Amino acid sequence: MAKFTRSGEKETPAISTASLPDIIFMLLFFFMVSTTMKDSDPVVTVRPVSAKEVTQLERKELVTNISIGKPIEKFQKVFGKEDRVELNGSIRNIQDIPSFIANQRAEIAEAEQNKMIVSLKIDKKSKMGIVTAVKQELRKASALKISYSALPKYE
Amino acid sequence: MARRKAPELNAGSMADIAFLLLIFFLVTTTMDTQTGIFRKLPPMEKVDNPPKIEKRNLLSVLVNKQDQIQMNGEEVRISEITQKAREFIENKTNSEDRPEKKMTQIEGYGEAEVSKGVVSLQNDRGTTYEVYIAVQDALATAFEQIREDKAREVYKKSYNQLVQDKEEEKVEVIKKMVPMSISEAEPKNIK
Repeated sequence: MAKFTRSGEKETPAISTASLPDIIFMLLFFFMVSTTMKDSDPVVTVRPVSAKEVTQLERKELVTNISIGKPIEKFQKVFGKEDRVELNGSIRNIQDIPSFIANQRAEIAEAEQNKMIVSLKIDKKSKMGIVTAVKQELRKASALKISYSALPKYE
Repeated sequence: MARRKAPELNAGSMADIAFLLLIFFLVTTTMDTQTGIFRKLPPMEKVDNPPKIEKRNLLSVLVNKQDQIQMNGEEVRISEITQKAREFIENKTNSEDRPEKKMTQIEGYGEAEVSKGVVSLQNDRGTTYEVYIAVQDALATAFEQIREDKAREVYKKSYNQLVQDKEEEKVEVIKKMVPMSISEAEPKNIK
């Protein structure tokens, strides 16, 4: 009878992990390209809206962000549960917007100051009262180019 | 000559280094999509004599605090806005109570009929932002669809294709033929 048992125990060859770093690097580059740096932790909650006719915001250096929403939980004791305006990572009054805009505008190169875009990130359950008040302040500060931040919606 | 095999480099820890970097980026960045609806606010200076708009040229869209929508006195749902606005602006039947068309000289094309229709959007203080954006978007979609049709009629090409191919003169012509005239009124307390 033929014997099938092997005489010497052969070790299984080690799986080469040399290409693993390449795979991880690929992932790394993907994330580096497709994400942006967090500027600061948000202090108001913004649930984004979605719309069909959205355009990509290019030239990040020209964009100024204003968020409107309810303060996050740990600030609710101080600022209440009503919608508030966030400028530059802190909750401020609507009246502070013109000076905020002036400061932001000064950071942009002089030739491109009129190209400044204000991106409004507004919680979808906010009321238009505060939104309109903010828009009026922006008009006073003559920051007329605005973008209602919205996620693209596909059908 | 006896050739010695180069000793294999242990690359096992390379993955760990890459993982470390990867996790660092995952934590410090956001998938923040910077997309939005572009609008231009009217300047603060009061115009002395605001141009009178004839009634037939005006489509008034009202949104109240219960988020109900009214277009020229008729209550509509969000899904109907695009269609209604499009019918109004296009005025294919040249009816008397729809916007008139004016022959206009357009640079790079010649004379063309341009609708004088204006959409006026008015909202209440209590309107939800989500609904407001939905209405804005529906109106923008209506104009976009009209532009799409015009581009196919004039250049036998889709409007989006023209934009993508960076044929800016043609895009400008279409934009002038179909101006996106949405005007926003200051909020009043609509019942």
